[in-house]
Amino acid sequence: MLTIKNLHAAVEGTPILRGINLEVKPGEVHAIMGPNGSGKSTLASVLAGREEYEVTEGEVIFKGKDLLDLAPEDRAREGVFLAFQYPVEIPGVSSTNFLRTALNQVREYRGQEPLDAVKFLSLMKEKMKLVEIDQKLLSRSLNEGFSGGEKKRNEIFQMAMLEPTLSILDETDSGLDIDALRIVSNGVNKLKSPDTATIVVTHYQRLLEYIVPDFVHVLYKGQIVKSGTKDLALELEAKGYDWIKEEVDAAV
Amino acid sequence: MSTLVKEDLFENLLESAPANFTEARQTAKDLYLESGLPAPKEEEYKFTGITKKLEKSLSNFNQAKQLSVEETLIKETVFQGFEGDVLVFSNGKFLQEVSSSIEGLEVSDILSSSAEIGSIAKAEKDAFAALNQASFSGGISIKVPKKTKVEKPILLLSFNGVNDGQVITPRFWIEVGDFSEVTFLDQSISMGEEAYFVNKVVEIKGGLNSHINYYRLQNESNQAIEVSNIETDIQSDARFTSVNISLSGDMVRNNLSLNLLGSNSEGNMYGIYLLNGKTHVDNHTNVDHTIPHAESNEMYKGIFDAQSRGVFNGKIFVRQDAQKTNAFQQNNNVLLSDDAIVNTKPQLEIWADDVKCSHGCTVGQLDEEALFYLQARGIGKVQAKGLLLYAFAGEVMEKIEEESFKNHVVGLIQDRLGSKF
Repeated sequence: MLTIKNLHAAVEGTPILRGINLEVKPGEVHAIMGPNGSGKSTLASVLAGREEYEVTEGEVIFKGKDLLDLAPEDRAREGVFLAFQYPVEIPGVSSTNFLRTALNQVREYRGQEPLDAVKFLSLMKEKMKLVEIDQKLLSRSLNEGFSGGEKKRNEIFQMAMLEPTLSILDETDSGLDIDALRIVSNGVNKLKSPDTATIVVTHYQRLLEYIVPDFVHVLYKGQIVKSGTKDLALELEAKGYDWIKEEVDAAV
Repeated sequence: MSTLVKEDLFENLLESAPANFTEARQTAKDLYLESGLPAPKEEEYKFTGITKKLEKSLSNFNQAKQLSVEETLIKETVFQGFEGDVLVFSNGKFLQEVSSSIEGLEVSDILSSSAEIGSIAKAEKDAFAALNQASFSGGISIKVPKKTKVEKPILLLSFNGVNDGQVITPRFWIEVGDFSEVTFLDQSISMGEEAYFVNKVVEIKGGLNSHINYYRLQNESNQAIEVSNIETDIQSDARFTSVNISLSGDMVRNNLSLNLLGSNSEGNMYGIYLLNGKTHVDNHTNVDHTIPHAESNEMYKGIFDAQSRGVFNGKIFVRQDAQKTNAFQQNNNVLLSDDAIVNTKPQLEIWADDVKCSHGCTVGQLDEEALFYLQARGIGKVQAKGLLLYAFAGEVMEKIEEESFKNHVVGLIQDRLGSKF
């Protein structure tokens, strides 16, 4: 589904990603872990098409298409979904209006009929249950005045509505209490299917107890320096990142 | 130099003024001749070089003669969904025969009315107000009796165009009796693409506990030059709300003044600028708190694309007696292009010591992070921009209480922003 080859990216001339290689197949869950500043969020942002990041080398193929060639909105329409680390508050734009606009544009791109108000509302009701989100939140301006947990839940709710094939969760767990973490993870798990894949970017192993990964990759200084199974995450939890840093730095 | 300029420009206009309200006209003429048109550096017109614009754009400084306006044209022009009465003007002249007759209201051509010309919009305050008072050639007087709720909105529909002259000088006198309510919609339509100059004055007198809405849509041709002076006096417990939507024009200057003359009165001034091309719109507002316990709210939002230019100047006076005043002012602007310019200046003068006043103005660009967020959900860039800008301006639209007009304005704004949602 997704093939990343030798991906290099920089922000304002400073290299952040220095040769990422990653293969994600349908049905898989990949966790990207690593110490602060290793490039985890940059990877997520580059895949979603954030403009500040300049890809200097390498390629990303998504479902046979050159992902880096597409505008952010077309990536979303192709089925890439980024759950933001810091969801943006947009005063004056109602959550419902926003989602309907988004969903219908995605549907149009996929050659589907737009949903009328009635069908849209019933779809919304169905997906709301998945992330236990309150209707009251959705009648408000997008993310405005939402708590941290509510914002993250809203991200997963949007994901449920847009039905992406590749979901990238950028530190969705950070700042969540146990209950919110459970709800968000349940939502993600319910949305999993043999045809979809998930990349979970996280600093902590805690989230991976709920969203169990097939593969765990450790990112350090812009490269994947170690890959393994979920046991690697447990090892990181127990030992921290220092031993990996030492291993890598010694090899250099 | 300035003497030469003003005589060159409007001498004929002053000479050919109608022979009524002679005293008011003479007083104004003297004032005008004394002050002349605003000089280039004059503080009040510092960012709006209206005198130069007039010299450059017009050649025939005579009053434009009446254009024929057929009923079919009126029908086609009135916006969809409007249900109310229509008063029609052609180059300032009130066309009674094609206008609605509104039961219970005293409506007459201003030239044969008993309007107290210049008692509210005083000629000494502004050269264009003086010029209008000296030379107005048409308009209307509307008097709403006491305790009258005018159920349907009144559309003041003006057709403007060049006809043997490029100057149009209308004057409206609106008097709303105690405990009465009325909503006016003011809209002008350009006939043709030639440059003309509208110099308009609207005087509004609101009685005790009256409720007056004055909504204005400015979407004339990009050759239209306009200066308007709209001034309102309201008494105790009365409420006046102005919403001004500016979408096009060449150079537009709106002087909007509000005098809160009785306690517990409330004045609201809201506005949107949504400009592109080279359109220049200047909103000068003035609120005068003279008595205790009155409130004023002001919110203007601007979106400027291409080489458009916006000016906002918001004066609030709180006189020494005006204790317990609440006065709020806000002006927020978004620049979409490197060539767009906005000048904004809040100006508060407060002599009372027990008041709540605030003001704030911002000038910024579109929030890139918000734009990316919307795009990352599959919304195209143009539509995402539209959604954000609409959200920015929407707060002002919410202030329009007349649904059909609100829907019309929302439609126009969405069209301009290139997206429907």
